[in-house]
Amino acid sequence: MIRVQGGDFEPGAEIDQLLDGHTAIGGVASFIGVVRDDPENGPALRAMTLEHYPGMTERMLAAIEQEANQRWDLCASLIVHRYGRMVPGDRIVLVVTAARHRQAALESCQFLIDWLKTKAPFWKREETEDGERWVQAQARDDVAAAKWQVEPSIS
Amino acid sequence: MLPKKIFAVADWQARARSVEVLYFAWVRDRVGTAREHVNPPDTVTTVGELALWLATQSKEHAEAFRDSEVLRAAVNHEHVSFAHPIATGDEVAFFPPMTGG
Repeated sequence: MIRVQGGDFEPGAEIDQLLDGHTAIGGVASFIGVVRDDPENGPALRAMTLEHYPGMTERMLAAIEQEANQRWDLCASLIVHRYGRMVPGDRIVLVVTAARHRQAALESCQFLIDWLKTKAPFWKREETEDGERWVQAQARDDVAAAKWQVEPSIS
Repeated sequence: MLPKKIFAVADWQARARSVEVLYFAWVRDRVGTAREHVNPPDTVTTVGELALWLATQSKEHAEAFRDSEVLRAAVNHEHVSFAHPIATGDEVAFFPPMTGG
């Protein structure tokens, strides 16, 4: 299941709802992305606005989720991604994967967040004390996503 | 925004190929618009050729496509390379590398 929304989400409630009715799940992995103020690496962050490409965003998230379900034997999965203006400490993204065993849950959760960063059409614009700027993509994000081009050892 | 004279001269071509172009993040800031309907000539058959043609349309477009090697593109909501063909009715988007998550 995927969702793109402007408002916040409640991770506990999202997980409870996702797992409701499942009895074969042995492990649940989750990742929560949060707006970070990183004053050691630049001017203090006041807020961040996340722009996206409506229509394509939903399509790419669904495709990434489908890919995870083909690579791992998952019982349930969820991606919630926010857009709009957020301040440091706000939650941006939630990824939840549930499987019979922990390895599939943990690996697929990391796969989803790595792939999402390089394939889902989102762009961050930061408001800092020095003004506004578009965030540059990090080469390490491509590296993190690229390692999944190789078939995972456990599927 | 776009020089209308070009399209008046090439009106028969305009009917031959028309695409919706969308811009995101700093590409949109530089072009000055989020979307536009364009009618490139028949010689424009790929995403890359569309980018080159768009760059000739105004000073703002030229600035947006100056660093075209860092730009990414999508056709009808799918990531594509600049060699991807375009057809009438396509929605073509140009944007910088994504920074979500």
